[in-house]
Amino acid sequence: MTDATSPMLFLLGATHHTAPLEVREKLALAGGKLEALHEVLRSLAGLREFAVLNTCNRVEIYGVAAGLATVDQLQASLCEINQIESAVFERIRLHLCDHSAVQHLIEVAAGVDSQMIGETEILGQVKEAYAAAQRDGTTGPILNRVFQKSFQAAKHVRTHTAIGEGQISVATVAVDLALKIFGDLQPCHVLVLGAGEIGEKTARAFRSRGAGAITVASRTLAHAEELAGSLSARAIPFERVAEGLSGFDIAVCSTAAPEPVVTQAMAAAAMRRRTPRPLFFIDLAMPRNIAPDVADLANVFLYNLDDLAKIAEENLALRQAAIDRARTLLAEKASALWQQVAPRIGADHPAG
Amino acid sequence: MIFLGLGDRTWLWLASACYLIGFALGTAALLRDRRQPRLVVYGAVAAGFILQTVGLYVRGHAVGGCPIGNTFEIFQFTAWSSISLYLVVGATFRLSLLGYFTSCLSTALTLASLATPAWDATRHVAAFGGNAWVEFHAALALFSYGVFALLALTSIMYLLQTYSLKRKHLHGLFSFLPSILELDQISVRLLVTGVILMSWSLGVGSVHWMQDFSSVDHAKLLITTGVWIAYTAAMALRLWSRLISQRLAWTCIALFAIALLSLPLVNASRHPVAPTASAKAVKT
Repeated sequence: MTDATSPMLFLLGATHHTAPLEVREKLALAGGKLEALHEVLRSLAGLREFAVLNTCNRVEIYGVAAGLATVDQLQASLCEINQIESAVFERIRLHLCDHSAVQHLIEVAAGVDSQMIGETEILGQVKEAYAAAQRDGTTGPILNRVFQKSFQAAKHVRTHTAIGEGQISVATVAVDLALKIFGDLQPCHVLVLGAGEIGEKTARAFRSRGAGAITVASRTLAHAEELAGSLSARAIPFERVAEGLSGFDIAVCSTAAPEPVVTQAMAAAAMRRRTPRPLFFIDLAMPRNIAPDVADLANVFLYNLDDLAKIAEENLALRQAAIDRARTLLAEKASALWQQVAPRIGADHPAG
Repeated sequence: MIFLGLGDRTWLWLASACYLIGFALGTAALLRDRRQPRLVVYGAVAAGFILQTVGLYVRGHAVGGCPIGNTFEIFQFTAWSSISLYLVVGATFRLSLLGYFTSCLSTALTLASLATPAWDATRHVAAFGGNAWVEFHAALALFSYGVFALLALTSIMYLLQTYSLKRKHLHGLFSFLPSILELDQISVRLLVTGVILMSWSLGVGSVHWMQDFSSVDHAKLLITTGVWIAYTAAMALRLWSRLISQRLAWTCIALFAIALLSLPLVNASRHPVAPTASAKAVKT
């Protein structure tokens, strides 16, 4: 059990599990607040090591302190910098010590504690936080070991459970399906029909996964040109879509048209003109932009918004089903790590 | 002939066991919804290939030539051909599940041949009369069948992936299949390779046939040229984009089924080849 006056590994902060959005907004270490916090922490006498993890869903300070009094001082500083009342922070704070802190960090790194279970972005954020702390010279033997082992544990649990399998957003599900059809997106030509938000998100997802060429078409050419500019893509007038459809591998449709803008006859004509490559239609519009009977054509694949949402839900359910096994694996890793680290906390950072 | 204390059939049983292990490991991974242990499956198949090569080598010594003289040997040689090609294709293109499907096919072909004693009741010693060109023609033809076997597997995988994407069933086995385009590309390469090998084989065989028209039975001639024409037509239509996607896949599967089923007929209709001086030497 942690003694109030003995050295301890601790975690102090707030996450989406403990704090509502409006409080997390206040706690977010943006606009120079992170630098200010660093200054304060550096000067805190009993704080031997620390690293700050600051994301949109969590502000967490991991550290090795001389005792609980140091953590209390740190909390006061955090509240002062964020101009938040101590009583408010007390209600939403996450404060864990020793083994529990280790287990939490491992779960965070593995994406088990994330809002989108199993997401991978958090591991990169934890790595960045650790790298920044290392650059600043605020880590020591304890945090170095705890963070490095957490990364290994996160990788292990991703390999041995289904925690990170399948995409869970409509845009990334669409990209995954395209990969199942084309294997490599680099030689693919993507048509984005409609310059709305969901079309843009999907286009960005394709760009981030290596799609080679993107073309944007919209009834208002200026809108198409604006989106194309932000995507390093090409814009074409809407009227040219029908004749040029055969030149695209993937068509993302999200216009506000009340009638289908791609009919079976149009798709069949495009397929006749194409080399024997498949054609993938992604219909994100409501009402639908692509006639459902387009799916009956050979070598043509059609997914609408409901299809994509259903796959995303199934993937999320699979991830949730894998959580118990992931937590068990991580708990074993955390216990083993804590057994290695615990004797060194007192040895490397003697009290007083 | 015995090699390291084991007869040819024992070596071939051991090879079959390795293929079965590869298939069982792949099935277990699929049932647990896990990614294929590719290296393990590849290792089991490679071990089976080595054992089968030894078995066929021992058999080859016993029959004084390439061991493709009866239905048992033909099935074994076809499985060996497809495995040898997989070991190259699988390592080069890293198509997930191809090892699993190949081990499945090889298990079926080798176990069926080993479990049917009638197919191995008669061994043809020096079946090709010691004529190296006729033997080369037959071996090449069977190797092309091995290529077409692998093509049938990639076609099945193509149909499964298409079914998965069309019906929106994306989990389980389907989640590990290679992409549609990768399967199409590898299928086209296999089709072209198979046709080239078979054409080469028929070219070599036709030289022998033109020297003695009675040396080849009409049934064998019709079946083999029919299979060759069908595969060549499929290849030409695919290259002209006239036969694509599911229709191409179904065609390749049907053609392989016909080719495989016709093999015993081809074998039964073979005329005995007059042994040459070298063949006699082997027999004595």
